[in-house]
Amino acid sequence: MADVILSKVLKTYNNPEVVAVNEVSFSVDHGELFGLIGPDGAGKTSLFRILTTLLVPEGGSATVNGFDVVKDYKQIRERVGYMPGKFSLYQDLTVKENLEFFATVFNTSIEANYDLIEDIYVQIEPFKNRRAGNLSGGMKQKLALCCALIHRPKVLFLDEPTTGVDTVSRKEFWHMLKRLKLQGITILVSTPYMDEAMLCERIALIQNGRILSINTPENIIADYPGQLYAIRSDKMSKLLKDLRAIENVSSCHAFGDFHHIKLHENHQVAQLNLVQMLNHLGHTDLELQPTSPTIEDCFIHLMH
Amino acid sequence: MSREVVIKTDRLTKKFGDFVATNEITFEVYKGEIFGFLGANGAGKTTAIKILCGLATPSYGNATIAGFDVYTQTEGIKKNIGYMSQKFSLYEDLTVLENIHFFGGIYGLRKKVLKEKSEKLIETLGLQKEANKLVGALPLGWKQKLAFSVAILHEPKIVFLDEPTGGVDPVTRRQFWDLIYDASDRGITVFVTTHYMDEAEYCDRITMMVDGLIKALDTPLKLKERYGSASMDEVFYELARGAKRSAD
Repeated sequence: MADVILSKVLKTYNNPEVVAVNEVSFSVDHGELFGLIGPDGAGKTSLFRILTTLLVPEGGSATVNGFDVVKDYKQIRERVGYMPGKFSLYQDLTVKENLEFFATVFNTSIEANYDLIEDIYVQIEPFKNRRAGNLSGGMKQKLALCCALIHRPKVLFLDEPTTGVDTVSRKEFWHMLKRLKLQGITILVSTPYMDEAMLCERIALIQNGRILSINTPENIIADYPGQLYAIRSDKMSKLLKDLRAIENVSSCHAFGDFHHIKLHENHQVAQLNLVQMLNHLGHTDLELQPTSPTIEDCFIHLMH
Repeated sequence: MSREVVIKTDRLTKKFGDFVATNEITFEVYKGEIFGFLGANGAGKTTAIKILCGLATPSYGNATIAGFDVYTQTEGIKKNIGYMSQKFSLYEDLTVLENIHFFGGIYGLRKKVLKEKSEKLIETLGLQKEANKLVGALPLGWKQKLAFSVAILHEPKIVFLDEPTGGVDPVTRRQFWDLIYDASDRGITVFVTTHYMDEAEYCDRITMMVDGLIKALDTPLKLKERYGSASMDEVFYELARGAKRSAD
């Protein structure tokens, strides 16, 4: 059963040129960990605001946990947890006061739902009397997650929870999400980090208000057309320029310690020719090998 | 091999009360180098960058930036560096051209030079159609490329980039690095922070800060060898997971 269903959802802003959400349709199953992956300005936040009834769509329809986002906004607000991209708790209330406040607003208590937040809350409990405004970034993030969970929501919306967070804290956060998923909560999470896509069950790649692709990360990768190669030499920035000027190279992008390239002609001789050509251009220690695409390769391909 | 040193710090330290934000950091950065300044949240990167840009005074220790002292010659530092971050880029309610003229003017570029430079810049970035549009109407990726180009319009010795590519799409992110390489080829030193570990690979050398200290400083290749890691992501994880501090 689907917990979130969108059908041709449309949202534009004052300036009619800006179509934030362009007839977007997809659905998220009950208990699924679903990722919305795309850069800033792709429409992720607008979509989240529509689904949490904070914005009214101009066209199309959407339901959350079976309720319509326009007609049934009151029921939806009782059933969803929302962690906005910008820290939105009360900075001048303490950790405990914030949590109590959100529990009370939803007619419940911290005790009633403590089992759900325990894992996360114990990490910030030593600071429970500290004002939220004085917490570190990682602690704020954990408190915000607790506050979004305290009324035991059916669906959890997390808007870029890991943006600007270092790689260690990002890994911890995804572990927390996996454990929450085991509790049967449907989770919709957005991120600009393509590597996090692999941690979701299904993902939608989104750009300029349009969905580029929806599938499991594995299937999105399997759908990547053609053979991708990884190449490196002793002069990586020159290699990038040289590759772009070679006719047989159809695409070329830097990917960490290798460049990822596609060739018009893939056969052995063409590969040897490429290596020879680069040798002539002064490259040494050349390595050329087939590689499997990452989600970022797929995103770049779909953008064109 | 003797290379020109453009940033030199010696036991550079900044304390806030009992809290040692930056703890005796010592390093050198060379002319034209792409220097990656990495660290966990709260490691002390922002404090260090503020000192290096002449915006904060150290508690003790020494540093010279483009030959200027961080205690006594902060105005000299400011004239010889460029700066851009993800947050502060340009004036959204000025046009592309107005922004270029405004920042160029602040750095004292003459009218004639400024006119030539802005024409060339707009051509290089392919912004001919957008030259008279408000910056606020540009997509984020274009804003960031423009902000970088404006930050080096006065040909500074060093440019500081604080998470310049956060949230930018994967293609624009790579175009941005093309601009970084070009600047470095022209002899501008690039001092850059990032949360994208693939970008760490594009740097000539990397420092890793943990809890106010420099835990590692080397080329990406040597760091990977030393920690037996396949990627910079693993190196970062190895070094940062023992961190006690965390902050914004």
